[in-house]
Amino acid sequence: MAEKILMKGNEAIAISAIRNGVDGYFGYPITPQSEVMETLMKERPWLSTGMVVLQAESETSSINMVYGGASTGKKVMTSSSSPGISLMCEGISYMAGAELPCVIVDCQRGGPGLGTIQPSQSDYNQVVKGGGHGDYKNIVLAPASAQDMYDFVDWGFDLAFKYRTPVVILADGIIGQMMEKVELRPQKPRRTAEQVSQDAPWATLGKTPDRERNIITSLSLEADVQERFNRKLQAKYEEISRNEVKYSTYMTEDAEYILVAFGCSSRICEAVTDILRAEGIKVGLLRPITLFPFPTEQLAELSKKVKSMMSIELNLGQMVEDVRLSCEGRCPVGFYGRQGGNIFTPEEIAEEFKKFNNLK
Amino acid sequence: MNLEDIKKPENIVYRKTPLLTDAIMHYCPGCSHGTVHKIIAEVIDEMGIQDKTIAISPVGCSVFAYNYIDVDWQEAAHGRAPALATATKRLNPDKYVFTYQGDGDLASIGTAEIIHACSRGENIVVIFINNGIYGMTGGQMAPTTLLGMKTATTPYGRDAKLNGFPMVIAPMIAQLDGTAFITRQAVHTAAAARKAKAAIRKAFEYSMKDIGLSFVEIVATCNSGWKMSPVEANKWMVENMFAKYPLGDIKDVLK
Repeated sequence: MAEKILMKGNEAIAISAIRNGVDGYFGYPITPQSEVMETLMKERPWLSTGMVVLQAESETSSINMVYGGASTGKKVMTSSSSPGISLMCEGISYMAGAELPCVIVDCQRGGPGLGTIQPSQSDYNQVVKGGGHGDYKNIVLAPASAQDMYDFVDWGFDLAFKYRTPVVILADGIIGQMMEKVELRPQKPRRTAEQVSQDAPWATLGKTPDRERNIITSLSLEADVQERFNRKLQAKYEEISRNEVKYSTYMTEDAEYILVAFGCSSRICEAVTDILRAEGIKVGLLRPITLFPFPTEQLAELSKKVKSMMSIELNLGQMVEDVRLSCEGRCPVGFYGRQGGNIFTPEEIAEEFKKFNNLK
Repeated sequence: MNLEDIKKPENIVYRKTPLLTDAIMHYCPGCSHGTVHKIIAEVIDEMGIQDKTIAISPVGCSVFAYNYIDVDWQEAAHGRAPALATATKRLNPDKYVFTYQGDGDLASIGTAEIIHACSRGENIVVIFINNGIYGMTGGQMAPTTLLGMKTATTPYGRDAKLNGFPMVIAPMIAQLDGTAFITRQAVHTAAAARKAKAAIRKAFEYSMKDIGLSFVEIVATCNSGWKMSPVEANKWMVENMFAKYPLGDIKDVLK
């Protein structure tokens, strides 16, 4: 019998980290994600798996602890919410530049500034388009349930190590705080020292006579060297775009209209689809599960067949730009969003959808 | 007698430690960094811990320290080295982990990171180079710049009203329960360098005793930034820097 437990999305992240043999978690309290570290401290995994858990003095420090831990080839992660992610952007840029694997959970709240502690999806641009300086991208996974929160930790580390790059789980206050049934997977052991050395021959674990010293750095002052490195990074992102796009669809086969939504909004848009279908309007939903890489080709294909698309987000229009770029003007692309912690109802979205499409 | 006949292992009284690479140092002639690098490399060599040492370099002139000492290195963002070292040591408690940081890196932008690493009692070694100036960016005021000292951003001399007072880190962190060994050394004479080397060795040894953070401040010269000859810079350091930053052990929990 699978072990199923009712828990918050944030708790699922913590339990998943322990069960998947994560080596270290470094965090700083911020609403609405504090349950991640609270759960870890309560579980005391250092007594069971040997996992290190540490409360840092700031998000600046916690992401740099992740940098240090990742430099030794370990599976290390942090979690925060939007203002904390802003502080971490320095470290994330350095990790992208030093090609270090890690998982970062962003349980989004509203901004700008101190904003609100209510749910939001307004970190899309910050997390998907960069945030820190330089030509880099994060792999971005968008969970829509507590189960996704649990499952994406392991998936995130697989991708992070496969491509030596930071992976962000872009959740929000709803997904983090909502309690749902979560199926737990069996405990995986942490990797042994030998396995870590095998997985990460680049790791700084002490120079042995059989190899040159390992140096983890993002610095190169020679123009040609830096340009070559940046082109290598871009080639990596292109490979990720070719291989790792993940999305789900709901009633898109015969759809004349497409809703596009990620995370908690995609859950709400399933209900919108049902409401509109009941009225005889052929609507389908595409949910990007990876935000980078973005399901550009899939949206491009759909844009050739449908009358319109509409991006539904808890912000004032961020992902919609990528939807429009994917459609390249082949169909009209509308947008509806709420802000400040207000969450749209399915009926509200259905009304907005009809307005945009001139339907009664 | 032929010179080659003399070059025999049994006749060697001094050699460059193999842990110091053959890379030509980018430091200015007269700079203290080269000497500090050499004594750190010698300590690691003499302790036989090359395969157990993880070093973390800062942002500043010593950003390229990884080119010179033949151990595994992590290059940190400006000021963040103690955060990297914290996780590195906690995840790898059997390794010797040290940071190498200048005064801008440690005492200005990285103040939070060093204070909290000290407060948590991380079992790491911190080498702190205090030359009272930002060398790499062209000689601007550092937190440790002395009052009256001229820099690119205090062209009329550091004025307490305008620029604040010099930051004195070592006694401040000595008050924190998480620190085990705090000392202030210099490398301007052979005798001083030998004492500094002994202090660095002690710090490395302490970092395996689970007693907290060991901190070796090296009061250093930046003759280019100070706009002096190396000899003048040493003299100026002894007369001025040592008055504000006197040498000697400040804390040793095992004494």
